[in-house]
Amino acid sequence: MSNRIGRQTVELTSKPVIIETASIVGVKEGEGPLKDYFDRILADDTLGEKSWEKSESALQRETAYLAINKSGFMQSDIDYVLAGDLLNQCVGAHYSVRDLDIPFLGLYGACSTMSEGMSIGSMLVDGGFANRLMCMTSSHFCSSERQFRNPLEYGGQRAPSAQWTVTGAGCAIIAKDGQGPKITHVTTGKVIDKGVTDISNMGAAMAPAAIDTLLAHFNETGRKPNDYDMILTGDLGVIGSDILVELMLKEGFDLRGIHHDCGKMIYDIEKQDAHAGGSGCGCFGSVFCGYIFNELKKNNLRKILVMATGALMNPTVIEQGESIPGVAHAVAIEN
Amino acid sequence: MKHEMTNKEYSDYVKKKTPNSKVFLNSLKAFISGGIICVIGQCILMLLKKCGFDEETSAGYTSIILIFLGALLTGLDIYPKLAKFAGAGTIVPITGFANSVVSPALEAKPEGMVLGVGAKIFTIAGPVILFGTLASWCAGIIYWIISLF
Repeated sequence: MSNRIGRQTVELTSKPVIIETASIVGVKEGEGPLKDYFDRILADDTLGEKSWEKSESALQRETAYLAINKSGFMQSDIDYVLAGDLLNQCVGAHYSVRDLDIPFLGLYGACSTMSEGMSIGSMLVDGGFANRLMCMTSSHFCSSERQFRNPLEYGGQRAPSAQWTVTGAGCAIIAKDGQGPKITHVTTGKVIDKGVTDISNMGAAMAPAAIDTLLAHFNETGRKPNDYDMILTGDLGVIGSDILVELMLKEGFDLRGIHHDCGKMIYDIEKQDAHAGGSGCGCFGSVFCGYIFNELKKNNLRKILVMATGALMNPTVIEQGESIPGVAHAVAIEN
Repeated sequence: MKHEMTNKEYSDYVKKKTPNSKVFLNSLKAFISGGIICVIGQCILMLLKKCGFDEETSAGYTSIILIFLGALLTGLDIYPKLAKFAGAGTIVPITGFANSVVSPALEAKPEGMVLGVGAKIFTIAGPVILFGTLASWCAGIIYWIISLF
């Protein structure tokens, strides 16, 4: 296939279009600097449900309906839904898509799920296997705390390097044709593990994967950081972003001024006591589908590289002494 | 990569990049807030003794009252807020133990009383109970051996 331009990168010759997005966020995210860009801000993070898992499913379901409504299409016009989240057996996605009448492909890439979905989705469209499909993801602070850390009411202190899981969801509809920013390249990341075992420092665990994917992207496309208006990572947070920019500079790629991180953008880190910033699938999901898509549509951003990063952490295996593998998938988008 | 780091080099680099917790400030906050909880306990104890209870009964009731307060404040979502400031100051006293039992129980409610609350209530306090029992058993053995001579 001539579309493969490198070991990890493909060029999408038909340039699939992101025709519409939807984003819904929780109360805390709705008080952050990007509050004006989300489609909806929840008044109540439970969404009227009796458990946090059900709340997260409801959040994703609402986001899916909103995206479909905004696009003006019917469910029958959408060929696939590619969705995932952080919970065991992807509960957030599975219990939301059971109410949809659309063929489903489930994904788990931890916090990289949204760009994993956009990668696979755009390749499906480019390959002629779908006319229109949805990529969706969510995370919920309360269900994540429960699964990965301590009960919500447990009285503990968070480390300065800890990140705050975003309550939010994003859904993007990718189509063969239509109006909107186009996906031109996809660089699929490898799983990289540099031996970080500190579950309170996910940014440091994910940064090596982000570096690896970025280097592959630049080498295989021949592009440079300056070719982009913005290089957006998912949730490296304050520490991970710092590591990324510093180590990329050593490799000869200057990201200063071009690199932004959704985890740093979604909260006012000082005022909202977010420590090292936001994290979770919904961090990149909501920021991309809210703020970034809006900027692309207004042409304030013309050519960007987005890359959600995932810490593939499992609490049981960490207890067994293992480290945290990371992964990052890059998607190049242009108007 | 031109400058590939080994895992050890990366780990050292990350350590340099990661801010540490403010140990002195946190210790001071823990000392003051833990101390306040102890003063409250002491006041309850003295009050009970004033009411005519003997030393041992008063001590027992004091623990019960503190555990009740810890549980109540956990349920009202006040204890985790205090703990964010106090750290070890709210974990170490008996109120912290109450918090560590009540918080998983509250969270497990949607899974039912038996397999939810019943099974998960001691997920945090379990090790304390197990090793506490083991330690007291060891102390008993040592006490018994000493008493033989």
